[in-house]
Amino acid sequence: MPSTQHLNDLTIQVRRDILRMVHKVNSGHPGGSLGCTEFLVALYNVIMTRKEGFNMDGIGEDLFFLSNGHISPAFYSVLARAGYFPIEELNTFRLINSRLQGHPTTHEGLPGVRIASGSLGQGMSVALGAAQAKKLNNDHHIIYSLHGDGELQEGQNWEAIMYASAKKVDNIIATVDLNGQQIDGSTDTVLPMGSIKEKFEAFGWIVFEIEEGNNMVAILKGMSEAKSKTGQGKPVCVLLKTVMGNGVDFMMHTHAWHGKAPNDEQLAIGLAQNPETLGDY
Amino acid sequence: MKTYTYTEKKDTRSGFGAGLTELGRTNRNVVALCADLVGSLKMDQFIEENPDRFFQVGIAEANMMGLAAGLTIGGKIPFTGTFANFSTGRVYDQIRQCIAYSGKNVKICASHAGLTLGEDGATHQILEDIGLMKMLPGMTVINTCDYNQTKAATIAIADHQGPVYLRFGRPAVPVFTPADQNFQIGKAIKLTEGKDVTIVATGHLVWEALEASKVLFERGISAEVINIHTIKPLDEKAILESVSKTGCIVTAEEHNIIGGLGESVARVLSLHRPTPQEFIGTNDIFGESGTPAQLMEKYGLNSVSIISKAESVIKRK
Repeated sequence: MPSTQHLNDLTIQVRRDILRMVHKVNSGHPGGSLGCTEFLVALYNVIMTRKEGFNMDGIGEDLFFLSNGHISPAFYSVLARAGYFPIEELNTFRLINSRLQGHPTTHEGLPGVRIASGSLGQGMSVALGAAQAKKLNNDHHIIYSLHGDGELQEGQNWEAIMYASAKKVDNIIATVDLNGQQIDGSTDTVLPMGSIKEKFEAFGWIVFEIEEGNNMVAILKGMSEAKSKTGQGKPVCVLLKTVMGNGVDFMMHTHAWHGKAPNDEQLAIGLAQNPETLGDY
Repeated sequence: MKTYTYTEKKDTRSGFGAGLTELGRTNRNVVALCADLVGSLKMDQFIEENPDRFFQVGIAEANMMGLAAGLTIGGKIPFTGTFANFSTGRVYDQIRQCIAYSGKNVKICASHAGLTLGEDGATHQILEDIGLMKMLPGMTVINTCDYNQTKAATIAIADHQGPVYLRFGRPAVPVFTPADQNFQIGKAIKLTEGKDVTIVATGHLVWEALEASKVLFERGISAEVINIHTIKPLDEKAILESVSKTGCIVTAEEHNIIGGLGESVARVLSLHRPTPQEFIGTNDIFGESGTPAQLMEKYGLNSVSIISKAESVIKRK
């Protein structure tokens, strides 16, 4: 397992990647990306059992599906720094002829991506299908997925959530990024969803809450507990309480940076708050 | 003129069920999903023989499409089964993002397409599905004409890498294609040789085209009937070869003329050989309740209409 120091260094470096990627093309979604950085770093560098290289079928390894595809900057940075493709390619984010499309896709053959996402609410179903393929293949690895909290307003999620417990899909850990924000404002002002925990539990899931979703130690502990509950006949959900824009002070605690890039001055401030650790791309 | 007869009528959806059953026995990677319409899709035998490879998803088609996309990750070949309306319009974005754009090897199998669904009416009679599916990049679109062809197509698409939309229907219709046919995706089948008019038909309209050709023959008109079971990719060569001989064409489909087979044919002709064309299909309308025969007559989707259009298109040469 990588040292805590390395994971922290990687987290800071991924934040820098995110800021630089969206700044360069003046588009993209830094807020949610920064909020999920610690989680994705933990997932790809500690939690998941992964094979070398990339094979679409992913037999014999844990798989991850990103449902809230707009946090592609964080996803791409973590994938590149986990060795799926050269980190220099982060330079091509959202540019024409790039494999790093605005939202993740398999269409250009980017290693590490197994499904297109961006049109929200679809990733849970895909993750469950992959989980059932694992069972058919007698492959005892875990499917991980990440979903936005606002995304749960899409009805397909609840078809999938109902299905998962009904069919005892117990080799999945679906994580919801509870940052309480969506494009038009806080989730409580746009469409209050009540207790997401109670909803998942009512649908027959085992639910864990990680109160400090931007704290590496808390994430590792919470995900380890969640993993210990797989294979017991019920799907597992993790509610990850994060701060949108985490690590860049002026982007935190607001939905303003959901889909907005920093200007030159803002970039400089953001980078100064996250000094280079492992080397920029 | 070569004539076709039939000894029995069977529903094309039963051909799908029979094909799926055979696949269950021959291809361990084939899995099936259904959204609460197992009996209508004739999937019972597959389920009985392969309970572990069947996924009943309930009345939740959006989830079904996502599950199917996910099942391909791990090497499975998912066949989804529900009515054509719920296979396409209801789940267009799920198919677009997770199956077509993601290039997943999912077979979307759609029964009860078109007006011949009958009494349930327009909520269930989709006449836009061919258009919806053919517009998706990389999607193969197939509309089979009888039991035997539907069975053969079902088996054939399992060996095709990539997403497929397979469209078939509800009512019993004449079985006139060979039981032992080798179904080739994208390869049109010339059923009769003719020199005066080309009739390209798909789905249930293929038999009607053959019936029309018999009457036309009696009236001294030699019609070349082509079964276009694959609307995408379209067998452009077969169409162009035929019209180079006949000089005019009628297209026939149980679908809106906007977005259907006819428009695909018109595009090919306008690019390579502008040719007078008449369209058999519904004309920008929703269906309604009625028996299949009543509906096909009311909306001009039968041999009588094909004969009329053939005679009029010949005059435009």
